[in-house]
Formats: sequence, C-alpha cells, structure tokens
Amino acid sequence: MGATVVVDDLRVVARAADGGETAIVKDVSFRIEPGEVLALIGESGSGKTTIGLSLMGYARRGCRIAGGTIRIGETDVLSLTKTERRDLRGRRVAYIAQSAAASFDPSRTIMDQVVETAHIHSLMPRAEAERKAVALFRELALPSFETIGQRYPHQVSGGQLQRLMAAMALMSDPDLVILDEPTTALDVTTQIEVLHAFRRVVREHQTTAVYVTHDLAVVAQMADRILVLRDGAQREIGATTQIIDTPQDEYTRSLIAAATPKARAADMAPGGEMPLLEIRHLVAGYGAIGKDGQPAARVLDDVSLKLNRGQAVGVIGESGSGKTTLARVVAGLVAPAAGQVLFGGKPLPTLVAQRTLDELRRIQIVFQMADTALNPAHTIADILARPLQLYRGLKGDALQRRILQLLDLVQSPASSASRLPAGLSGGQKQRVNLARALAAEPDLILCDEVTSALDTVVGAAILDLLAQLRRELGVSYMFISHDLNTVRAVCDDIVVLYAGQKVEALGRDAFARAARHPYFHMLATSVPELRPGWLDEVGAAQRAALPIVTAPAQRAGLCSFLDRCPLRVAGVCDKETPPRRQLDGGVEVFCHRSSADLVALQKTSQAEEAAPA
Amino acid sequence: MSAPALLVPSAPMVRRRKLLAEWNWSGKLGLAVLAILVLVALFAPWLQAHDLGEMSAAGVFQPMSTEHWLGTDYLGRDMLTRLIAGAPYTLGVAFAATVLACGFGALLGLLASVSGGWLDAALSRTLDTLVSIPSKLLALVIIAGFGSSTTLLVATAAVVYTPGCYRIIRSLGVNINAMDYVVVARARGEKRSYIMRREILPNIWGPLLADMGLRFVYALRLLASLSFLGLGVQPPMADWGSLVRENLGALPMGGVSVVAPALAIAVLTIAVNLVIDNLPSARIDGEKG
Repeated sequence: MGATVVVDDLRVVARAADGGETAIVKDVSFRIEPGEVLALIGESGSGKTTIGLSLMGYARRGCRIAGGTIRIGETDVLSLTKTERRDLRGRRVAYIAQSAAASFDPSRTIMDQVVETAHIHSLMPRAEAERKAVALFRELALPSFETIGQRYPHQVSGGQLQRLMAAMALMSDPDLVILDEPTTALDVTTQIEVLHAFRRVVREHQTTAVYVTHDLAVVAQMADRILVLRDGAQREIGATTQIIDTPQDEYTRSLIAAATPKARAADMAPGGEMPLLEIRHLVAGYGAIGKDGQPAARVLDDVSLKLNRGQAVGVIGESGSGKTTLARVVAGLVAPAAGQVLFGGKPLPTLVAQRTLDELRRIQIVFQMADTALNPAHTIADILARPLQLYRGLKGDALQRRILQLLDLVQSPASSASRLPAGLSGGQKQRVNLARALAAEPDLILCDEVTSALDTVVGAAILDLLAQLRRELGVSYMFISHDLNTVRAVCDDIVVLYAGQKVEALGRDAFARAARHPYFHMLATSVPELRPGWLDEVGAAQRAALPIVTAPAQRAGLCSFLDRCPLRVAGVCDKETPPRRQLDGGVEVFCHRSSADLVALQKTSQAEEAAPA
Repeated sequence: MSAPALLVPSAPMVRRRKLLAEWNWSGKLGLAVLAILVLVALFAPWLQAHDLGEMSAAGVFQPMSTEHWLGTDYLGRDMLTRLIAGAPYTLGVAFAATVLACGFGALLGLLASVSGGWLDAALSRTLDTLVSIPSKLLALVIIAGFGSSTTLLVATAAVVYTPGCYRIIRSLGVNINAMDYVVVARARGEKRSYIMRREILPNIWGPLLADMGLRFVYALRLLASLSFLGLGVQPPMADWGSLVRENLGALPMGGVSVVAPALAIAVLTIAVNLVIDNLPSARIDGEKG
C-alpha cells in the first residue's frame, strides 16, 4: 500500500554557463493519494524527469532543488540528512529508468541484482528475498519465473529486462514508484506486454506511482490522473478522462492533436505510373558469404517493392526487421547478396563507389538522429554548402543564396546558417538534415525514422513539412519507421517487414479493410490508442495460447513469424514456405492462411478498428 | 533576401574567437610558462650574458651569485648561459619528434579508421609490433648502429612515438566513422581523403592536441635520458639532459649547476601538462560524459 505524496511549490534551478541560475521547474504543486498513479506528461525540456528525480530528493549535476516541499507520507523529503535520504531511496521510493539494459550490471546474475537493495538495506534475509523476487517475476508474467533470475542480463529480451527492473523496484514494497519512460525504448508489440504487467502489479499492490512519459496514449492506459507540463511550469492537472476528452489548456489540446493520427498525403501530386524505384527479390545481410552464396547473417530475405515517381512508400517493422538495411542497400552502403535494384528503369550499381555522381545525387538519405547526422564541427552553412558544391559546383554568391533558399524551404530561420548544430533544437536539426538532402535536388529521399527521436508536436510539424515538400517538389520518399501511425500519415503504400521477410504490402486506402498477415495484425492492434480502457480490450486477444507446432528442423524459407503466430498450422507452417498471395485491392500477404481466416482474426477486434478511421 | 556576404563565418572562426576566454587560471599559467620557454629557445643566441665557452675566474661548481645567476658548471662556465643555449636543442628536438610522430600517427590512424578491413588490420598489427619493443632499447640500438646526430635523434623519437598516437587517433576515428554524418558523406559520394580531413579530423582536434602534449613530454624524457647516458646531443652542444650528466659531480656539494637543468626539464614538463589538461576543447568533451 502506497503513501500520500504531497508536493508544494517545487522549484528546481540549473546553473547557467554565465554563473546565473535558471528555473527548470517552476512552482509545481500536486498531491497523489495512496494507490493512485499520476502521470507527468510533457515534451523534452518540460521538467518531467527532473520532478520525478526530485521526489527522491535528488537533483542532477548542475541542478539544485531551490524551494518548495515534498512530503511522502509523514516524511519531509527535502529536509532529510544524507543517510536518511539514502535510506528513503532504498526502502520507500523506487525508480524504474527508461533503459533497463543500461541499468543492469552485465557481469552479475539478474537475481543478484534484484535482491541487492534488500541486502544493502538489510530488509530481509537472502532466502526470503529470493522467494519474494520469484513471486514478483511470476506476477510480472515473466517466462520460467523460477529460473530466470539465474540468467545474466544479456540472456533475456529488452521487454523482459524492463519487467525485471520493475521487480527490483518493488522488492522493498515502496511507498512510491517512479517510472521514467519505462517503455519508450521498446517495440510496440513488446511494449504492450510490459504495460500489461506493470498495470497488473500496480493495481494488485495498490502502489502509489508517478509515471513520467511523453506518450499520451500510454498515459491514457496507465494513469488515474495527468499533470501536463511545459517548460517546467504546470499547465493543467486532472483526471485522465477529463484531460483527454475535455482538455482545458491550449497546450494540452495541441499535444492531443499531435498524438491523434491524421493523414497528410491525401492531396498528393499526381505521380502517375512512372516507376522510380523497383526492388526485386533482394537478399542482403552481414558477415562472411557462405558456400551457398548467402551471407552469414541474413537481414533481408527476398524483399521486393515498387515505388512510383512522386509517391511515398512506407516500410514498417520493428527492431531487427531489416528496414534500415533496406535503406542502406538502396543508398549503396550495403551490397546485396542477391536481387536487383532498378532506379528509373535502369539497374543501379550496388555500391557507392560504382555509382556516378548523378546517380548518387538522385538518392539522398535522412537519418533518425539529427544529433549524429550533422557534423558537430561544421556550421549549418558548411553542411548545406557541401552537396551544392559537389553536385552543382556552386560558388560564392550563388552558393550563399541557395543556402538561404534551402533554409527557407524547410522553414528554418536564415540566422541558423552561421550556427553549429549544437546551437539548434532537435526539430531544427532535423529540418537542416532535410535541407541537406534537398540541396542535391534528389528524386528519392530515404527517410530512416526521421521523427522517432522528436517530440510529438515537433515530429508532426516535420511530417507536415515532408508532405508539403512532396507536393511542391514532386520528390518521392521511402519512409522507414516503426510507427504505424506515422507511416499511415505520410505514405501511399505500406510494406510490412518482419525479421527480414516482407509479410504484407498494401495501399493506404486498403488499410482499414484488407486481410492482414497475423504479424501485421498484431502490430496494428499493439499501437496504443488515445482512449482509456484500450489496454484491457486488446489484452485478452493477444495472450491467447498459441497452437502447438513442432520445432522446425531448418528455418530457411519458413515464415519468420512462426514462433509468435496465433494462426500457425502444425505440419504446414513449420514445414513449407508460405505462398505470396495477391488479394483484392493490391494487397499482398505472405501466409498459408486463406484470406477468410485472416479476416476472421481481425473480427475479434473489429469494433476498435472503426474508431481511428 | 539579405546580403549573402554577411553570412556564415566558418566553424573554426566561431571557435577561435572564444579560445582564450575558455582557459582557466592553471591553463593560463602553463601557457605563460611555456610561452616564455619557447621565446627563450627561439632567441637563445641573443640572450647570453656570457660567452658560451668562457671559463669563469671564480672556478668550477660555483654557487649562485650576481655574476653567475645559476653558478658555474664543471668547467667553470656560466650555467645560465649553458641552460639558455641548451633550450633550442631540448625543445626543438622534442618538438620536431612530436610533430612527426603525431603527424604520421594521426594520418595512419585516420586512414585505418576510415578504411577498415585489411588496411586497418595491417597497420594496426605492424605498429603493435613496434610498441612491443621497449622504446629506450630501440633508441639505443638505432644510435649504436648509426651514431648520434640531431636528425637521427628526431627520427628515432618519432618512430618510437608514432604507434601511441596512431592508436589513439584510430580508436577515436573508428567511433566517429560510425556516426551518421560520416555515413551521409559516404552516401553522398565523398572520397576517403575528404572524410578523413573534413568529417573526422575537426572532431578530434582536442584529443589530438592533448596527445601531442603528452607525446612531447615523453619525447623530452626519452631525449633527456639518452643525453644523460651520453647518447643524445653530442658535445660541444648540450641539451638539458646532458647538462645534468656533465654536472653530476656537483651533486655531493649541493651545487646548483646540476639542479638547474633538472628543474628546467621539470618546469617544461609541468607547463605542458597544465596546458593539455586545460585545453578548452578537451575539457568540453570531458564534461559531456
């Protein structure tokens, strides 16, 4: 059972470079009743993590809690001595961080680390602690919960590790648990399992919790109440349903608008049927090439797709699906082991070194992390100048003018030209990143997760910009993302990859009614919706027992989704390569099951499908 | 559209403007001492109060006096004059060796990190082999084989310290080579030399400068040791290491003539260390972590 948490006029300041102090949390007050989950929601820089950490009496380096009070139960957190504070963190307040992988010591077993808090704070004897840990593993729905503690962190998956960290946090029956973006780094199909586990444990233990996140849809499932933050100030606080259904604050409304899926490409330029890029039976991978001519690690397995001029194709998949490798093959950075890439009807030489300058110019790539995609030692002007010099031979005034034009095109201020990337915000960096690609006047831009690292509102603005550029310049996109909503918003066609196989291809119009490959169905239903109660609805369907199949003797050619598929058929799916079936409306599915079977699977969650359309 | 000429100072200019302001007091102290020593070395011929070979009437191993500020040496020559005359050799040889070692090391390191594959493996293993030979032993063998000259000393020290710099630059380069901006440059069709020069080098100046300082100190020590053994700069020229050796006889008498050159080496070493510890770019990198 948790305690009451009361925060009054909390103020945290950061030391600025000039020696002065700036407030990063400005007079925030809230109260959490026992057993209640409060979400702190905001974009980067809103102070949400800072508030979460200050609940443990902690401020990051360079920061200081300058005022206000924090009470957890009867304890005044900010007036504690160092030892008392240490005790508070061990016994009464627990913290679950975003990256479980970075929070576990790789050299010690999981059990050692889960019971460590109990040991350090002498809460209970080791044997009892281990019994308790196993009980928690079980509650968190971890597989083989009796023995998972004997493994090392690298031997379990990311989603499991995140749940193990929750177990670690709950060992001391804390009065307050702080969850800091605990599922942000996970794939959606994994996230849903972790959310389920968290929710159940939080409910059963009546834990008081603070849930820090930027994702409104996740918050809608997890929180009883929501506190909206911006630039360290409190904008709105209220019950979850009230914030989502009837937001009072202007900023909250803009957050909700950005989180609501919307189509952006409806008014696209008429591209016609001019094929620009065609990929045929592509096989690619890493490592030494074996006797059969195949690479040691196969990342892409017989992938084909077609993209017409002026159109956008979305490639969607989770980590390990091979989507980034696909972009790298097209960009000439990875040589395919088999298959062909045609560009403008002509075969494209496999590697950069063999392509002509003009072929290089026509395909540009934009990466996810604007931070690492811009050289920190060059000014924005230098960064934009290089492709102009290389491809167009521009110099002097013409070069300067074009740089300013490009900045204008991506709606960045001209003053940013003389800055270094470190002086720009994440969204501005991504705009520069785009401008650099546009400098080459390409036919095709490969967008690799271009909005994933951005805040929702900023990301939405970038998507708007992409749609606008496509209309105005007629450029095509190959849009790679793990986020279904993003892909739906920007792309005409969608290709779904799973573990290197193309499991489905469909047009955007067919999205709502098409028969879906079981993986695509799972993916589509795992994207959290901005609707409290959604998590409970999808729960049952996804956790049904899987049909039993024999372990296949050799996997080459078999469906890669076999291990997780609720529709798999013993004696078929584990023996034979599935057919690549063409269905109505240009839909292509890679599955043994008939179209009727696939549609039947969707029926279970038909009601919710209607909602977002 | 605004006048384009107003635009865009390049990155180095932006950086240079802030350079001196970012030094803290210990960095400035090191910088000042180093500057004085460098000036002394540059203008050594004009700074000598006594004739270099002139023997004092006062005798050998004299203590400090108004006539001989740092006393006299084992032949009764003015110690301060000898020290000043030794500065160009001491600093010059170490500096030349450092520039060569770091120049080569950085070039090969960048080449290896950008190329990868067999070139990286070949360069790394070859230079590793060089590291496995103790530096003093290698220097002794080279000098025993070819005799001692200033050129040979510089070359020897350069060979000894190239692998160290190579390793540092290569490991930094490999990390930067994996950055998206390098991948973008490669996809744009940039040549290897462009990527080395424009994409990677500007991001490793800080560590490279710090490493140069470190190598300079190592080279200084190696050359001083060789001179102390009589294998370094040959008489009648003398660097600070040979001055220590020549005047070793003053030690039992507490003579200043043996302490002064040793102290000079220490002061130079400490000054260089203060400077590299406080290099603004290196410091900023450190704070990010």
